[in-house]
Amino acid sequence: MNNVLTMRNISKSFPGIKANDSISFELREGEVHAILGENGAGKSTLMNILFGIYKPDEGEILLNGEVVDIKGPNHAYELGLGMVHQHFQLVQNFTVTENIVLGIEDVRYGLISTKKARKKIIELSEKYKLNVDPDALISDISVGMQQRVEILKVLYRNADILILDEPTAVLTPQQISDLMNIIKTFTKEGKSVIFISHKLDEIMNVADRCSVLKGGKYQGTLEISKTDKNELTRRMVGRVVDFKIAKKKPSIGDKVLEVTDLTYRLKGSDKALLDNISFHVKAGEVVSLAGIDGNGQTELIYALTGLIHNAEGSVRLNGKELNQLSIRQRTMSGLSHIPEDRHKHGLVLDYTLEYNLVLQEYFKERFQKHGVLQFDTITEHSEALISSFDIRSGRGPKTTAKSMSGGNQQKAILAREISRSSDLLIAVQPTRGLDVGAIEYIHKQIIAERDKGKAVFVASLELDEIFNISDRILVIYEGQIVADLIPEDTSYEEIGLYMSGSKRGKGYEKNPV
Amino acid sequence: MKKILYSLRSHKLLQVYSALIAIVAGLLFGLIILIVIDPSQAFPAFNSMLFAGFRRGLSSFGNVIFFATPIVLTGLSVGFAFKTGLFNIGATGQLLIGGFVAVYIGVTMTFFGPFTWVIAVIAAGIFGALWGIIPGILKAYKGVHEVVTTIMMNYIALYLVNYFVKSSIYDGLNNRSLPVPRANIIPKFGLDVIFSHSNIQGGFLIAIIAMLIIYFILNKTVLGFELKAVGYNKDASKYAGINDKRRTIHAMMIAGALAGLAGASMYLSDSFTYINVQDSMPTQGFMGISVALLGLKDPIGILLAGLFFGYLQVGGQNMQLYGFAPQVIDVMTGMIVYFSALSLIFAKFAIRFFRLRNEGDDA
Ligand SMILES: Nc1ncnc2c1ncn2[C@@H]1O[C@H](COP(=O)(O)OP(=O)(O)OP(=O)(O)O)[C@@H](O)[C@H]1O
Ligand SMILES: [Mg+2]
Repeated sequence: MNNVLTMRNISKSFPGIKANDSISFELREGEVHAILGENGAGKSTLMNILFGIYKPDEGEILLNGEVVDIKGPNHAYELGLGMVHQHFQLVQNFTVTENIVLGIEDVRYGLISTKKARKKIIELSEKYKLNVDPDALISDISVGMQQRVEILKVLYRNADILILDEPTAVLTPQQISDLMNIIKTFTKEGKSVIFISHKLDEIMNVADRCSVLKGGKYQGTLEISKTDKNELTRRMVGRVVDFKIAKKKPSIGDKVLEVTDLTYRLKGSDKALLDNISFHVKAGEVVSLAGIDGNGQTELIYALTGLIHNAEGSVRLNGKELNQLSIRQRTMSGLSHIPEDRHKHGLVLDYTLEYNLVLQEYFKERFQKHGVLQFDTITEHSEALISSFDIRSGRGPKTTAKSMSGGNQQKAILAREISRSSDLLIAVQPTRGLDVGAIEYIHKQIIAERDKGKAVFVASLELDEIFNISDRILVIYEGQIVADLIPEDTSYEEIGLYMSGSKRGKGYEKNPV
Repeated sequence: MKKILYSLRSHKLLQVYSALIAIVAGLLFGLIILIVIDPSQAFPAFNSMLFAGFRRGLSSFGNVIFFATPIVLTGLSVGFAFKTGLFNIGATGQLLIGGFVAVYIGVTMTFFGPFTWVIAVIAAGIFGALWGIIPGILKAYKGVHEVVTTIMMNYIALYLVNYFVKSSIYDGLNNRSLPVPRANIIPKFGLDVIFSHSNIQGGFLIAIIAMLIIYFILNKTVLGFELKAVGYNKDASKYAGINDKRRTIHAMMIAGALAGLAGASMYLSDSFTYINVQDSMPTQGFMGISVALLGLKDPIGILLAGLFFGYLQVGGQNMQLYGFAPQVIDVMTGMIVYFSALSLIFAKFAIRFFRLRNEGDDA
């Protein structure tokens, strides 16, 4: 089979770090080639080089056997490359069509004409079963849909080589299996796909070969048919990882979080996004929230943490009513929050890592005196967190958060929220975008917090994660809690039934109308 | 060597390069205009403009400082608001209100004796702040965009000040306010000894102190931490429990105070001492936007940019000797700002020119 793409001895340094160290990479026509590596291994950097966003310090790129100097994303598109970035690059208040044609608009008489584009988008969307509405506003559509818009953007530009940088990190299991099918149709047409993911199951399922990177260096390429998950992990992390963590029986204490009749609807709307939700989380237990994306998880978390402040009902933390309190007051009452969207809520990307690590505490006695920040303690504090949570970056505390790899950004948020001595830890998709080694570490941390007597409430779309760490599982469906389950007594299939609304647990029967 | 290269590649320095390129481009553009108007005089005039600020040594530079003082302050006002993600177009109005209050106190409240100017300056800051708070409140609690409100507040300030001048401290003969007695203007703190035979004014020290305070607030304090966080990412600030509404108001208040001080420095100097009944806005407010942009929103950068524009003003006066209208300078200033707004393009150019690579923090 011919190589459509060859990257030879690519090196790239950033201040304080060699992100790519003489990496070579080959892509065959019609294959799905996965790239696997720890957080910060240099995967996104390599792809950004391929897409012309960074210039390599050394090395060359061959497309169909010819050396090319890729000058930038537009040039990359011309050469038949297309990339879906780790973090989406869509304009929120533009429509799907406008986003897709952005940069290559069809201009007539000085006006942008989207008529032809719209037609082509509909055709493509039908062909690949993407189900994208060309006229919807980006801000109104789900993350999974936004992902497909990114894919459409690439298809629209007739890419033959698709680069997908962690496309599944933000998707639900259903959306992931849809995406896998879409990828398989691409390769049938002779398109080639570079697929970056931390999820080994996906790689085993969709890829033909897998190249492994570690610390910026190339570790070799494996045929998927001749390898297994353990082998991949060993190559990537250099050791065996426990996918299933050992945990002792919980020693459960008093109720820490108690939610009673929490109801929330948008102004002027009848539909309750949260419908009389009641539950509790006790000290020393991990309770997780399972559900299909969009069934009220986001609203529930927002209402608990104060990002939504006009929900009715009661939210008590150690007996203290939180519902009318400000976010700061809730934080100070002992609540930690790992938010769903790390770029929107979790980080101030233009701030340094150390500033981000004190984002919830900078106002405390330790970090300020008479309103003046104490830089020494801030740096000390962040150095401690960086080493205990293994946050990798070019310049330590002084690294701008923006320049860190996605997984390391996530670790920074986790470090900040877990290290605070709070009584309740609320975590949404805590391991999104983390490598298997880091996931193992974070899960152990969460269990350690539980064993220290914290109450932990986790919302996750990943059943593996939920089964792995939970002592109890709540299922949410259309804004209602429909089941309260013990992991040992249930199964993936059964939870699936609850999540889709076809079954309800004892004590959660439908309210008589 | 590698280290130096890296620091050269850093984002901030790149911006400095592009600002410098913008200046050169703007000046060249001005030169072209001069050539178009009058080729024979263009080069001598341009030359004299370039060096006017140094021609008579410190005394010329004293004039540079005179022009720079109010625009450094309005530049700080605009730049500070920028840091919190607000566009304060209202420095003009805040300056007018502050200026009027200063003149009013200087004229009528002479019973404060030698402290009159201190009271006048402080009051100018306070009233500027009050004028700035209004758009801040509207933005924070009603979501009205500050660009709209500050522009409106500029007009209100203009007419209000005209009205107050006419109804209180009016000099009908000259259609302006009564002058502030010499004794009540801002003293020169000995600057006039260093920069002799110039229009140097003590307000410059106020500008320097204000710059230092703003630098300190932005970089060293909890307040600055919160203000910048709101400017960079409102959602994350909210998540972190920062009261972004209150901080928006604080930012506009401080911005207003700075512009108010600009008013005091302008009207309590021995070249101005009175307020005209005017039908157009004083330009120093809008110049603040240019200064803040060219100064990269950074307090020290703003000081330098203010001095640079002051320098051009002095040069502009020299141009008249060659038969050019001093407004050519305004065109150049405008072009420089225009070019610095295109700084992204220049940044790319700078990368090539200085053989840099755009990376560092710009993922
Ligand atoms: N623009 C940049 N400026 C400075 N350092 C950078 C920049 N981009 C990446 N880095 C650094 O290079 C290293 C590799 O980052 P990269 O984003 O390629 O990792 P990754 O393999 O994609 O990780 P992840 O799985 O977490 O997304 C990281 O340590 C990161 O901090
Ligand atoms: Mg990455």
